[in-house]
Amino acid sequence: MLEFISQPWPWYVSGMVIALIMALLLFFGKSFGFSSNLRVICAACGAGKKVDFFDFDWRAQTWNLLFLVGAIIGGFIASEFLSTGEVVQISKATIQDLNQMGISAPEALQPMEIFSLESLFTVKGFLILLSGGFMIGFGSRYAGGCTSGHAISGLSNLQLPSLIAVIGFFIGGLITTFVLLPLIF
Amino acid sequence: MSKSEAISWFRIQEMFRFQSFHMYGIIGTAVALGLLITYIIKKYNLRDYQGNPIVFTPKEKSVSRYLLGGTIFGLGWALTGACPGPLFVNLGHGFWAFLLAITGAIVGTFTYGVVKDRLPH
Repeated sequence: MLEFISQPWPWYVSGMVIALIMALLLFFGKSFGFSSNLRVICAACGAGKKVDFFDFDWRAQTWNLLFLVGAIIGGFIASEFLSTGEVVQISKATIQDLNQMGISAPEALQPMEIFSLESLFTVKGFLILLSGGFMIGFGSRYAGGCTSGHAISGLSNLQLPSLIAVIGFFIGGLITTFVLLPLIF
Repeated sequence: MSKSEAISWFRIQEMFRFQSFHMYGIIGTAVALGLLITYIIKKYNLRDYQGNPIVFTPKEKSVSRYLLGGTIFGLGWALTGACPGPLFVNLGHGFWAFLLAITGAIVGTFTYGVVKDRLPH
């Protein structure tokens, strides 16, 4: 059993687990949306005193912060106990494209050119992560949700705004992939 | 997420280059089942564990905020290879560099709160 779950999971298992998480959260009277946590964190740090947007009862969202803590613990368990150290099996075409930008084929879960501590302390690496994070935080709140809130919960509810947001996700993602990344690397 | 490599920058690149079905399979399966779950909840007016009806609050109608916000989000998503959840899952994996991206995300959220009234919604 342990051996079975230690292998990388196929897409349909992961998709089912995500839907199950959404169903469980609905059953417990919550909704599935992760990026709200970022707003909760701002509020919990006292941002509500200065900016109205963060002036709300963030304690009612404590469950979502626990979900966040669970995500960190889940990542820890997966990497420490349930990993076979297998390399991410991305397609040959992607490996080739990335090679042309100077990013080597996967040796771990993440490319060391971006996520190693050495790259973190270069100007390029620092700016990639900081600005990338900034756009994620700014964009998800502007759009009123991220992948979990719009792409999963929203599309499941056939909401038009979520479809527009997901189209936006892809416009942005394609610009980064085909314009920004080749410029950066 | 972690176990299907959905938190990997490589997988997100592969998705935005349309070179594999993997990520589409994950999101597609989740949405297909999600549609079914949402439909059943609405059809049978299912209640949560406390007996309250499960309601879906529709998002307000607009195009600009979803398209603009979504695009900005997408730029960041492809750059860091992670959306908000996976930022934290990666931290659990011991990729400390994500602390910087998380800091950026919190600053970004705060900045939105400050300038929101000046943006088209």
